[in-house]
This record gives sequence, structure tokens and C-alpha cells, in this order.
Amino acid sequence: MLLIECPYCGTRDESEFSYGGEAHNARPADPDALTDEQWADYIFYRQNPKGLHRELWNHSSGCRRWFNAIRDTVSYKFQCVYKIEDPRPELAEANTTISAGEKS
Amino acid sequence: MSRYSIFSLARNAMSHHQNWERAWRSPEPKKRYDAIIVGGGGHGLATAYYLAKEHGMRNIAVLEKGWIGGGNTGRNTTIVRSNYLWDEATHLYEKSMKLWEGLSQDLNYNVMFSQRGVYNLGHTLQDMRDIQRRVNANRLNGVDGEVVHAAELQTRIPHLNCSPDSRYPVLGASFQARGGTARHDAVAWGFARGADRYGVDIIQNCEVTGFRRENGKILGVDTSQGYIESPKVGVVTAGSSSVLAEMAGLSLPLESHPLQAFVSEPIKPVLDTVVMSNAVHGYISQSDKGDLVIGAGIDSYTGYGQRGSFSTIEHTMTAIMELFPIFSRVRMNRQWGGIVDTCPDACPIISKTDIKGLYFNCGWGTGGFKATPGSGWVFAHTVAKDQAHELNAAFSLDRFASGALIDEHGAAGVAH
Repeated sequence: MLLIECPYCGTRDESEFSYGGEAHNARPADPDALTDEQWADYIFYRQNPKGLHRELWNHSSGCRRWFNAIRDTVSYKFQCVYKIEDPRPELAEANTTISAGEKS
Repeated sequence: MSRYSIFSLARNAMSHHQNWERAWRSPEPKKRYDAIIVGGGGHGLATAYYLAKEHGMRNIAVLEKGWIGGGNTGRNTTIVRSNYLWDEATHLYEKSMKLWEGLSQDLNYNVMFSQRGVYNLGHTLQDMRDIQRRVNANRLNGVDGEVVHAAELQTRIPHLNCSPDSRYPVLGASFQARGGTARHDAVAWGFARGADRYGVDIIQNCEVTGFRRENGKILGVDTSQGYIESPKVGVVTAGSSSVLAEMAGLSLPLESHPLQAFVSEPIKPVLDTVVMSNAVHGYISQSDKGDLVIGAGIDSYTGYGQRGSFSTIEHTMTAIMELFPIFSRVRMNRQWGGIVDTCPDACPIISKTDIKGLYFNCGWGTGGFKATPGSGWVFAHTVAKDQAHELNAAFSLDRFASGALIDEHGAAGVAH
């Protein structure tokens, strides 16, 4: 079970949260100007990195608010969480190795 | 290499089974191949096998980062079926089913394919309507299917909880009698041995670290065992496909998620078929060893960790308990995770790319095992002819821009 820090409520169990996928995938400002390929890119293509990932979480069984997080997709460790309106924190060095104590 | 038969068994019994020859060689990589398959799982090995068998290519290598069959091939719940909804998907999975039906003979290797039937349960009126629609669609496409209602279902699967008092009552199921299970490791080993017999080099502990290309054409791959030249490279790396695509400067509409599975302690025969439920979300069968083989949904977050969260384990067990209260005191023996490459329409991508000579076979998500032979068969055609077979023409990468998606979320056993 992951422990996730909600920026509004504090640290809670993962089961209180819903995952919202990649963060900062903004709807195109001028939809009429987009080609089919650009639409496909917006709708279907995600970065899916092996390492640090900016993503959306919703505290669905709590305050029900959305927030952003940076999480390592290999160790699953959260680097930080930040509110939707906050400036984006820099990505720290990805730590994609798992230390022995963290293996489940 | 000698064939496996009753005679080879008797001959080797004379020497106390100490002198069986290795099922495949462990060669050093050559400088150049006519085709390279990246990824030594079932799909990759099947691709190499059919490239050799159907298309007469012999100078082929399969490059595997770890050991063959150590990824999702060894981590799935071994279910085989072909009862998808849309024509394109049904024909692809049914091709695979037909290959499964002759696979042990073809490979001269017992993949323990057991057509014990697969039930997909319905728990609501809408589930039952969808089941009827899907069974009808299957029959029109020449795939066997049957709608079974709760009373009949109870007699066929005595331990299934069909009580109207349960929280999500079972109203019925679709049944594909030709569905079933196969021994997952044997599938990888059988294809490896089959490919090796045609001279395919299977190179383990060989990680691809980069693609060399020039003027939009592939030249070869950089690996942990040096540079290997090849005019054709097929990538079949499931959960790691996005990482490989990025190395080649491509992007794919995939997200990688952990998918967990479980086996219980071995118990006496109690369940002689496969039961799946999309609504309470779990699936279960019993292996020949006696362990219950259990799976459910993906962990919601993306991940490459080959392990998942406890909350998903809890959810899975709740679903199985709902269906089979009799298993409440069975203990789980092992639990593990694989990384599945989920695609927006729950269908695979078996496609050429913008780089000439570079092909991807990915996006099988949670349901790739059942397609292993068919996937290899159509991908071999795509790589050999530089052109999709009519069975996989609809599964090209450009469908995400054209909008011609094949939405199989309903027929996929796992929601994502």
C-alpha cells in the first residue's frame, strides 16, 4: 500500500485516492487549428516514462480535490506533491534502483 | 536435434535422463542478421519461429535482456480464448486459437493446451444483453459461443455462488468451450526450441541500448554485447515498449501498468474450467498442479516495478470470495506482478513505423498470452514482407490519428 500525501489533508492510504494519469496535458488552446495527428497526440499519446513522472491524483475518498505529484515509476516513491495552481517543481535525479528494504 | 517421442523418452531412460540434449543453443551473437527480434517472450519467440517456418528466413536472432519467458510470459494467468466482439479482433484471436489447437504437435513440445472452456459471468441485465450480443457476434464470425443462464451455470460449476442473495448476483455467463489454459513456460520453451531447430540464435542477457538508423532506415541495434547489424528489427517488449520506442525517437500511445497475479497452495481438483467476471473483477482457474490461479485488475497508476499495491490484492481476493465462498480458507502461495502495456482501445499495435525496417508489436495490455501464436504469426508476416497481413492491417499505429479504433474494452478481461 502506498502512503500518499494529500496537500490538503496530509498523508493517507493509497486506497483513498484515484489516479488521474499524466499531469499538465492541457487542452489545445485553438482546437480548430489541430491536425488529426496533433489531436491523436493530445488524446492518446502519453510520455509513459521509466523514472520520474508528473501525474494527477484525486483524493476521492477524502477532500475530493485534485493535485499533482512527481513519482518514480520504478520505485513508486513519491518525490513531492504540489497543488494544481503551484509552480512545477524541478524533477530530481531519478532513482530507478530499488534498495533491498523496499522490495515487496 | 532429435525429436521428442516415446522412443527418445525410452532411450533417455536407459541413461537415467542424464543425457538429454539442451532444448536450444546459447550462441554468441553474429555481426549481422537478416532480422532481429527484440524481446524473448512468447510473442518474440513465436515471431522468430514463424519467420523461419513460414517465410524461410534462417539468419535471425532473438535478443532478450534477461532470460526467455521471464517477463509477462511467465507472469500471466494462462487463459486462452477468442471471444472478442469486433470482427478485426475476433479474426486475430481466432487465428491464434486455431494455431493453439495444433501447437503441441507443430512444435513437438507439449504446451499443455487444455480446452476446459471459459465462462465470462454477467451480473446485471445489461451484462447479459452484452453477453448475448457478443455470443451472437462470435457465432457470426465462426467462433463458438453459448449463453448460459444461472440455473444451468450452477449445475456446471457447483461451487460458484449463484445465489440471488449475493451482493452482485450471477445472472448467467457466456461460454466458449474451445477456450481454456496452456502452460505458459512451456509456450516460451516450445517456441524457443522450435525456432532454434530452424537455426534462430536466441541470445539471452543481451539488452538493446539503442537503434542505429540512417536516412529513415534501420541499420542495426546497439546491445550490451556490442553492435549487431540488421535491415529488419521487430520490437516485442510489452511493458517496456515505450522505453524502446523512445530510443528509436518514436512515441507510442501506451501506458505501462503493473498487473498482479496469484497462486494458492495446491488443493485437490475443485474447478475444472475458467471463470472470469468483469463486474466483480476477478478470474480464476485451477492448474494441473492443483493451485488456484487468480488475477484481477491492473494497479491504477503507471509503473515499471513488476509489483503492485496491497489494495489491489485485497480487491482481487474480495472478488474471488464473492464468486467462490468455498475458497475463503485457501491460502495464497505466491503473488507477483508484470508490466502490461495498455493501449487506449484495449487492442494491440502490430505495425510498421516511420523508420523503414523497424516494426513494433505491442499494446497487448492485459490479454496478450492467449494471442501468443497468432501474434507471432502475423508479426512474422509483417516483418518478412514489410507489409501487414490482412489479419493485422487494422492494428496499425495510424489508427489513433484516423480514428479507426477497435474498442475491445468490453471483451478484455481486465478493465483499464
